[in-house]
Amino acid sequence: MREIAYDDLVKSVKAMVMHTASHLPEDALKAIEEAYRNEKSEVAKSVLKQILDNAHLAAEEDRPLCQDTGLAVFFVKVGEDVKVTGGSIRDAINQATEEAYKEGFLRASTCDCFDRHNLKDEVGYNLPAIIHFDLVPGDRIEIEYAAKGGGSENVSRATVLAPAQGKEGIKNFVKQVISDAGPNPCPPIIVGIGIGGTFEVAAKSSKHALFREAGTPNPDPELDAFEKEIKEELNKLGIGAMGMGGTQTVLAVHIEKNPCHIASLPVSVNVQCHSSRHSHITL
Amino acid sequence: MAEYHMTTPLSDEDVSKLQAGDIVYLSGTIYTARDAAHKRLVDLIEKGEQLPFDLKGSVIYFVGPTPPKPGEPIGSAGPTTSYRMDSYSPILIEHGQKGMIGKGKRNQAVKDACKKYKAVYFGATGGAGALIAKSIKKAEVIAYPELGPEAIRRLEVENFPVTVINDTHGNDLYEMGRAKYEVKD
Repeated sequence: MREIAYDDLVKSVKAMVMHTASHLPEDALKAIEEAYRNEKSEVAKSVLKQILDNAHLAAEEDRPLCQDTGLAVFFVKVGEDVKVTGGSIRDAINQATEEAYKEGFLRASTCDCFDRHNLKDEVGYNLPAIIHFDLVPGDRIEIEYAAKGGGSENVSRATVLAPAQGKEGIKNFVKQVISDAGPNPCPPIIVGIGIGGTFEVAAKSSKHALFREAGTPNPDPELDAFEKEIKEELNKLGIGAMGMGGTQTVLAVHIEKNPCHIASLPVSVNVQCHSSRHSHITL
Repeated sequence: MAEYHMTTPLSDEDVSKLQAGDIVYLSGTIYTARDAAHKRLVDLIEKGEQLPFDLKGSVIYFVGPTPPKPGEPIGSAGPTTSYRMDSYSPILIEHGQKGMIGKGKRNQAVKDACKKYKAVYFGATGGAGALIAKSIKKAEVIAYPELGPEAIRRLEVENFPVTVINDTHGNDLYEMGRAKYEVKD
């Protein structure tokens, strides 16, 4: 059994969380640069220019890209032959998140659902982190991380379609969600689509789909073609950067598909704003 | 579309000449408020009590900034989604507010209030919080410090770049822009 020290895990995750708040990853930067080159609207182009300027400034001066520094979302694959000594993986990730958000001058954005008071003093600064665990073969721990803002999360939707609605039904649902969202999720956006599984599996898949590098093809050729088809459809909506009208609304569409019940076709759409702050480490 | 440099407080004449799509560089004093602070402001108006700042000609920025680094006035400070303020904005506009800065769609009641009482809704670029912070020269919490990032702050801004989304004539840049680029099959 391979061993990883708790403190080492905290250190690695903390560094990743702090860095991600101010450094837009290469895939998102490239996708926005491409949108800037292709955009037909002058107004939208100037917005995209501001977004790129902001990304460069944030990285140079180590400032948060956006004031909504998000909830800290993790997908963690834990190998069956690795053990963390000196504490739990969950505690390590929460500790790393709290320290990174405090020391990085990031915003604490977790609150009570009903009375809306900030939970920073009782649960912890921007805690709890949202952590999805998976147990896999091997002796590694793989951690995917994203700082997920509220604006794009607010327009995300899930449904269960009738199987007969098929791919056309999925496409129409996604189109409706993005059309209704309009300027609100800070376009240009990345659209994560989870298909199949049960209700919650579709939702979780749609979130995980956002972690894929924008611009990389889907390994499944059928899904890859479907992603391209949906992207083209969505860009016809004319929403444009920050909703001011334009040809470049969607930077990428990512789909994850799961086997589902013979009676159901669950579909979930999770939207990611242009500030696609994500990162991953393997320990 | 035109470009203007304007200094707060804004007058009826200032806002009336603006058209959806115009770019405005704002300077002067503006105030921050999100949902929780808006609720308190409206409660004060309903009780007939004094507000923590003068609404007349005011511009309110919908923002919950990150904490400032030592020696800096404010952290990253981009706009938050505005619809959460839709139920409060018309009351503030009726009482003299002239400008709102945020991002995302407003409801009909806000657009109607903009027309009736002469006010404008400006859009700032969401997710450009580091860049926007550069135009904020001073920040001071003036009310509700217990709300943390949602407290009301008085900001001194210089050439804060915004785009007119809803003007006093009933135009909506989101609808106009989208209609122009929408491809119908």
